[in-house]
Amino acid sequence: MMRPTSRFSLQLNRAELSWREKLWQINWSLIALLTVIASVGFLTLYSAANGSLEPWAIKQMIRFGMGITLMIAVAVVDIRVWIRHAYIIYAVSLVLLVAVEIKGTIGMGAQRWIDLGFIQLQPSEITKIALILSLARYFHGAALQDIGRPTFLIPPLTLVLLPIALVLKQPDLGTAMMLLMSSGAIFFMAGVRMWKFGLVLAGGLGAIPVAWQFLREYQKKRVIIFMNPEQDPLGAGYHITQSKIALGSGGLFGKGYMSGTQSRLNFLPEKQTDFIFTMYAEEWGMMGGVFLLFLYSLLIAYGYAIAMRCRSQFGRLVALGITSTFFLYVFINTAMVMGLVPVVGVPLPLISYGGTAMLSLLFGWGLVMSAYIHRDTPIGRRGALDD
Amino acid sequence: MYHDNDRAKMFNRRAAMLAGGKTALAGALVARMYYLQVVEADKYAMAAHDNRISMRLLAPPRGLILDRNGTAMAVNQHNYQVRVIAERAPSLDYTLDALSQIITLTDHDRGRIHKEAKRRRSFVPITIRENLSWEEVARIEVNAPDLPGVLIEVGQSRFYPLESLGAHILGYVAAVSETDLTGDPLEDLPGFRIGKAGVERIYDMAMRGRAGASSVEVNAVGRVINELERKEGEPGVDLTLTLDMRLQEYAAQRLGEESASVVVMDVHSGDLLVMASTPSYDPNAFNRGLTHEEWKDLSTNLRSPLQNKAISGTFAPGSTFKLVVALAALEAGVITPDQTVLCKGHMELGSIKFHCWKKGGHGSVDLNGAIKGSCDVYFYEIARRVGIDKIAEIANRFGLGVPTGIDLPNERPGLVPSRAWKRHAMKQPWHPGETLINGIGQGYCLTTPLQLAVMVARIANGGHKVVPHVARDLIVEKAALPRSVPDWGSCGVSQKNLALIRKGMFAVSNEPGGTAFRARIEQDGMWLSGKTGTAQVRRITMRERESGVKKNEELPWKERDHALFVAYAPEEKPRYAIAVVVEHGGGGSAVAAPIARDIMIEVQKRERTRTADREKSPGGAG
Repeated sequence: MMRPTSRFSLQLNRAELSWREKLWQINWSLIALLTVIASVGFLTLYSAANGSLEPWAIKQMIRFGMGITLMIAVAVVDIRVWIRHAYIIYAVSLVLLVAVEIKGTIGMGAQRWIDLGFIQLQPSEITKIALILSLARYFHGAALQDIGRPTFLIPPLTLVLLPIALVLKQPDLGTAMMLLMSSGAIFFMAGVRMWKFGLVLAGGLGAIPVAWQFLREYQKKRVIIFMNPEQDPLGAGYHITQSKIALGSGGLFGKGYMSGTQSRLNFLPEKQTDFIFTMYAEEWGMMGGVFLLFLYSLLIAYGYAIAMRCRSQFGRLVALGITSTFFLYVFINTAMVMGLVPVVGVPLPLISYGGTAMLSLLFGWGLVMSAYIHRDTPIGRRGALDD
Repeated sequence: MYHDNDRAKMFNRRAAMLAGGKTALAGALVARMYYLQVVEADKYAMAAHDNRISMRLLAPPRGLILDRNGTAMAVNQHNYQVRVIAERAPSLDYTLDALSQIITLTDHDRGRIHKEAKRRRSFVPITIRENLSWEEVARIEVNAPDLPGVLIEVGQSRFYPLESLGAHILGYVAAVSETDLTGDPLEDLPGFRIGKAGVERIYDMAMRGRAGASSVEVNAVGRVINELERKEGEPGVDLTLTLDMRLQEYAAQRLGEESASVVVMDVHSGDLLVMASTPSYDPNAFNRGLTHEEWKDLSTNLRSPLQNKAISGTFAPGSTFKLVVALAALEAGVITPDQTVLCKGHMELGSIKFHCWKKGGHGSVDLNGAIKGSCDVYFYEIARRVGIDKIAEIANRFGLGVPTGIDLPNERPGLVPSRAWKRHAMKQPWHPGETLINGIGQGYCLTTPLQLAVMVARIANGGHKVVPHVARDLIVEKAALPRSVPDWGSCGVSQKNLALIRKGMFAVSNEPGGTAFRARIEQDGMWLSGKTGTAQVRRITMRERESGVKKNEELPWKERDHALFVAYAPEEKPRYAIAVVVEHGGGGSAVAAPIARDIMIEVQKRERTRTADREKSPGGAG
C-alpha cells in the first residue's frame, strides 16, 4: 500500500481539512480527462445534428458544465458526510423507486421518471450510487473474518436485491443488470469468497428458465432478436442490423467526420443517444473506436489508482464501485451496438445525449474525487472520526 | 486504525483480478470491432451502399400528336394525385375518413387502398385518387395538418383536347399489361402508360422517348435526401399527322348521327386528310376511368362507337366495285368500250334470274352508259365473260381484299373472292352465278372505306399503287424523317383503260342521268367524278319482288341498305380521293353522294386558302 510521503499528504492525515487544502487536492487531470471524453461527445452530437450545435451539442455542453460543478461540489464534501448518510440516501432512493412505480411518467413503455418540474428525475440513477454508498458503508465496518460468515452477507444481499426487484418491475433490465454487477464487484473487492460467487452464478444460470417467464414480451423479443437479428431485419432486429451495417461500413479509418452516411440518413435509430458509439465509429472507424476505448481505459485506471491509494475501506470501495459502474456503462453500451449483448437501454457515458445520466455519472466521479481528496482521512466504523 | 492491512491486501489482490477481467472484456470489444470493421468491412460497406443509393427512372415526356396544321390532338397534362404513406398516418382509416370529408372516395377505392397497403411496405406511397381538380388539390393542401400521411404528387397524364374528334386515329394510352412487356425499363415505372390503340400504339416506341435515370440518396423511410447523379432521358418524338382537323370536324358534323365513315386521301402522296368514323367516343374518358354504365353503353351500342369503321368496318362495296370489274374486263379484252349489252331489267343464267336495280331495265348500254347508270345487267354480263379470278386480281391490285398497309393497328383486309379462296375457305367449288353477284359488289365481297378510297386514288392517279398513311413523317426507330413521295409502283393496267373508267365516273357525277348528277359540284375547278353504291344487306325473296320491293324506310335499321359513294376531285387534275360509307343509310346517290360532295368542296376550299396564304406570305414579308 502506498504511504503518503508528500508535504501535503502529511498534512492531510488529519480529521479536518481546510477548503484551500481541498481545492488544492482536486484532481485536475481527472477533470481534463473527463472533458476530453465529453468533448468527443460534443463533436459527435454536432455531427449527428448535421453540423449544428442545435439541438443536442449545446445542451450537452451546458449539462456537462453543470455536471462538473456538481462534481467539484461533491468532491469537497467531507467523505464522512457520505458514509454517515449512506443508508438514508439508500432509503430515499428506494422511496423514489416505489414512487415511480405508483405515480411515474410513462416513457418508452416503462415507468422510469418522476417529473419534478425542472428536471425529470430518474430514481434508478440515484439508486446506482446509493447502493454503492450503502454497501461500501456496510463492508467498511466489517473485518475479513466477519465476511467469512454467511449470515453476515444477508443484510448486504438484501440491500442489493430490494432495488433490483423494484427496477425489474419497471421494467428496466439494463439497470437491474448493472446494479447486480456493480454490487458483485463490491462484494468481490470486500473479500467475499470466490466459491460463493460460483454458487450464485450457478444458481443464476439455473434460474434463467424461471426468470424467462417473468420477462415482458418486448424483453423476450429483444433477447430472441439478439440471438438472431437477421430474422426480422425491418422489425425488431432493425436496430442491431442497421447498427452493425453502419459500424462495419466505417472500416478501419472511418468515413470521415460529418460523413457517416448511415447515421445521417436515419438508417441508424437513436443515433444521438444509445447508438451514438455506432455513429462515432462509422465516422472515425476502428481507429477512432479504439482511441475512445483507450480514453475510457485511462479514466478507469485512474479510478483504480485512486481506490488503491485510499486508506479507508469505504473510500476504496466507493471509488472502485463507481469506477466499475462506469466500466459497465461503457462495456454494455458498446457491446450492445456491436451485437455482443442484447439491446438494453444503457447510454454511452459522457457521450450519449441525456441529462440524468450525465449528472449522475459526474456525481459519481465527484465521490471518487472526494475519496481521493480524503484518501488519508481516518474514518470510524460508522463514519465518525477514528474510533 | 484497525486491522486494515489484511483488507487492503485483499482489496489490492482482488482489484488486480477485477482489472484483469475488465481488460479481457475490453479486449473482446476491440476484437469485435476488428471483426466488424476490418474482417467484415466489405460486406457491411456493400450493405450500407445498398441502403442509401436508390436508382430512380425518370419518365420522359411522351411525344405530342399534332394535326397537319399544328393543332394539338394529344398533349401531356399535369395529373395531380393524392397519395398516402401508411406509416405516417396514425391509422389508414382515420386518414381516409378525414380525406373523404374533402374529396369523394368510393368504397371500392378504400378497398383497393387497404389491399395495396397490406401488400406494400409501409413507407411506400399508395395512390388514393388521380386526376384531382385544382379545387380538390387546394382543399387537400389547406387541410394538410389534419391529414397525416397524405401527400400530393404531380404526374403526367395524356389529354386529348379535341375529345371525340379523331379519337379512332389517336387511340389512347393505358397501364402496361403483362403481354405488353418489351423489356423497356420505363415499363416498370408505376403509373407509366403506353399506347393501346391508334397511332398511340403504332408509334408508341417513338413517342415514349428514352428513360433517364437519377441516382438518389434515400434515408431509412425512403425519402430522397440528395440527388447524386442525373442522366436526363430523351423526350418522345412529336408526331405530326396528315389529318386536317378542321376538315375532320366538318366531316364528322356532316355525318351527324349516322353510323358512317369518310376517308379523304391525297391520291399522289397517300396523305390522309380525313378519316372519320361515327359515332365516336371521348378517349379522355378512358383516362378518367369509365363507369360500368358508360362502358356498357360504348361496348353494346349497335353503331359500335369504339370501332374505327374506316379500317375495321367491312361492307359490301356494292356498285362501287363495278369500277374494278369494268377495268378487269377491259384489261382482259373481253369487251370494248363501244360494245353494248341489252338490259331488260334482269338477266338469266341457267334457271336463275338476276335482277337489275332498275325494274324496267336500261335498254342497250355501252361501258360509259353502264357506269353512268350503274346498270347491273351490263356488269353481270361482263363479269361472266371475264371470270371471278381476273376480277379478284385487278381488285387486289387496286387495294381491295388486301390490307392497304396504313400505319394504324387493327386494319381488316376485307375480302374479294376467287375460286381458290372458295375452295380453300369453304371447301366448295365456285358457282358461275356467284361471279355475277360478286360482279356488282355483292355476295362475298367485303371492303373497308379506306380500301375504297385507295381504289379511287389509284384510278385517279394513273394506276400508281399509292399507300395511305396518317403520320406526316417517316418514323424510324426514335426519329422522324421527312417523307419523300416514293415511286409507288404500278398497278399494271393501261392508261387508256383507266381513262375510260374515269370518263364513266365523270358521267356519273356530271352528266344528266348519272346516278350522282344531283350531287355534282358546280364550282369551277372543283368538279368531282364518282361512283355510287348501294349495298343490299338482306335477301330479297321472289314473293317480295312480285309484291314490290320494300322501301328502306319500311325496314328495321339493321336491314337497310348501306349507302356508298367514292369519288375524286378536281376532275381535270385529280388530287383528292374520297370514300363515304353510311351503314344502313339507304341509297348511295341520295345519302352518300351529297355528303361526299359537301366534304370535297370543303377540302378543295381549304386547299385554295392554303395555297393563297402561301403565295401571300412572301409578298407580305417584302
